[in-house]
Amino acid sequence: MTDLATTLAPERTAPVPVRPRERSTARRRILVGVLAVLLLAALWELVKVVVPDAGGHLGEASVLPRTDDLAMPHVWDIVERVLQPETSATGSPTVLGAMLSACWFTLRVALAGWLVGSVGGLLLAALMQRWQLAEHALVPWVVLSQTVPLIALAPLVVGWGGRIHIGAFEWQRWMSVALIASYLAFFPVTIGALRGFQSPPAAQVELFRAQAATWNRTMLSLRLPASVPYLLPALRLGAATAVVGAIVAEVSTGTKGGIGRLIISYAQSASGDPAKPWAAIAAAALLGLLAAGLVSLLGLGLGRYRYAEVR
Amino acid sequence: MRLTRRTAWSAVGVAAALLLAGCSSDDGGGSEEPAASDSAGGDLTPVKLQLQWFTQAQFAGYYAAVDQGYYEDEGLDVEIVEGGTDIVPQSVLADGSVDYAIAWVPKALASREQGAGITDVAQIFQRSGTLQVSFADKGITSAADLEGKTVGNWGYGNEFELFAGMTKAGLDPATDVTLVQQQFDMNAFLAGDIDAAQAMTYNEYAQLLEAENPETGELYTADDFTAVDWNDEGTAMLQDAIWANSEKLASDEAYQDTTVKFIKASLKGWIFARDNPEEARDLVVAAGSQLGNSHQLWMTNEVNKLIWPSPDGIGMIDEDAWTQTVDVALTTKNDQGATVITTEPDAEAYTNEYVEKALAELQDEGVDVSGEDFEPIDVTLEAGGK
Repeated sequence: MTDLATTLAPERTAPVPVRPRERSTARRRILVGVLAVLLLAALWELVKVVVPDAGGHLGEASVLPRTDDLAMPHVWDIVERVLQPETSATGSPTVLGAMLSACWFTLRVALAGWLVGSVGGLLLAALMQRWQLAEHALVPWVVLSQTVPLIALAPLVVGWGGRIHIGAFEWQRWMSVALIASYLAFFPVTIGALRGFQSPPAAQVELFRAQAATWNRTMLSLRLPASVPYLLPALRLGAATAVVGAIVAEVSTGTKGGIGRLIISYAQSASGDPAKPWAAIAAAALLGLLAAGLVSLLGLGLGRYRYAEVR
Repeated sequence: MRLTRRTAWSAVGVAAALLLAGCSSDDGGGSEEPAASDSAGGDLTPVKLQLQWFTQAQFAGYYAAVDQGYYEDEGLDVEIVEGGTDIVPQSVLADGSVDYAIAWVPKALASREQGAGITDVAQIFQRSGTLQVSFADKGITSAADLEGKTVGNWGYGNEFELFAGMTKAGLDPATDVTLVQQQFDMNAFLAGDIDAAQAMTYNEYAQLLEAENPETGELYTADDFTAVDWNDEGTAMLQDAIWANSEKLASDEAYQDTTVKFIKASLKGWIFARDNPEEARDLVVAAGSQLGNSHQLWMTNEVNKLIWPSPDGIGMIDEDAWTQTVDVALTTKNDQGATVITTEPDAEAYTNEYVEKALAELQDEGVDVSGEDFEPIDVTLEAGGK
């Protein structure tokens, strides 16, 4: 069996020193990000103009989606809808308000899942680094875990959770959602951390061994710092997948309060109020970006170790 | 060296901040979760009710019973558990996570056949709310008119009334029509991809009336559509019913007692929704539905029409309707050649024992349980159901 980390992670790049003008690059990256969103909006409108309302057909088969206002509302209609109240009920919040509070809920659940997944992933990677036998034994399971369809898993997790009562502690529905999010998040962290732990060159490892350093000492002083360039992108990826996991799990289990649930609720008015579901979908996408961005803050204090980040 | 420490500590700081954010979701998420149990009095019996879908007026009666304190009057502390796209209420009930569940009869019968020990203890909806809707100019007014058309259905066991209706009209569903899998929304129908689309009177049909007709710039009206009603075609199947756990029903006396109380308070909630549709709508919206106001009122009203009048009393399982449901479930094959069930359900599948007791108590209190002079209200839908 080949080494899991070398198979799944990209080849290690040559060390690149962190540029001195980090701050101006950060600003540029934000600017590029905003431009990308604007470009996407422009592309959306372009498709609406170019592709006929009925969509593109090759013979009988439909190859391009419908572009009428029902299927693809104008970007400005979506923005306008976001600022209007959700329903005509008195005291109804604006769509924006509803989406913000839903995003806040999902973000917290996803972060809880991300934390559990990341800690689990790190421990698993350490275990696999410590004993090669563990690596060989666990690799197939780690890969297999990601092929289980999430929607098959969700009702099971809710079912198990529904029967957990330990003293005053009662399993809540959102915990099932967080657990499913962690299930998606642990995979990139495991792979990234393992690759990072194995990244120190043989000479450094041998130096530690020559000094009779314990495994713990080698881990703390050599392998952990060396893994930072691998770990940070993995954690960012984990954060984005945790958000996806949380949204899918919310839809699947019908958990109240989050953006996933809002997408389905709004989709029910897709025929009469087409801009509303698209607003929620856009919010979900932005939430994934936000979560990944938050996690990349972790890297701020670790500049010293980020000599060669694998992006 | 000092620099290293400081940078490392600031990383720990950010990690701690994220950790706190994660932990705070414990309290925040936890407090938002209990959907409907606002009081947890010491002597109340805790009861969990599993719905098939999110909070909406389809379940107005149960929310009304919580809001009006009917459950509490019976000594019950009811928590309403919302459904989701992959939650099967009858499975959740059978595995013991909840005490009662709302489910359609044919789907629940299929689960029973696969071993779920559940019993229909009150048949809330007396009629089927499923329609097959078409634009009026297509001239589809009966199942026989579907011949040669593109016919939409949701699948997943929602298609059997349609298949039975077509079979009864002498059509072969596999060859005489083009079957299309339908989405949640009615966009494919409005765009003309589907000639006859499946729609619930209380939900998708309303979505059509909330959509704008691009030719006139106004909303569509009922005159623009025709609908095949399976109640008229004679292939309707029973829908929303309260299901209980058969095993506990047989052995647990306290559960039997709770069942009567639960049914009684639920029926009272439905009677409240009949007499006060607007208030019922308001309390469903307050319970956290994101559907529009006029849409919810429409739904309350249409659901009332499916319940009232109930000549034998609300919740009574009508033997003829039950037999028709079982017949269709036994004999109708879908496009995969499968029937809902393969053998006649046993005697435990339904019982009127508990609902009869609940009705007797309600009648003693002088409550009108049959709604013979029920009159639906007129609901004007707004664009998008807002």
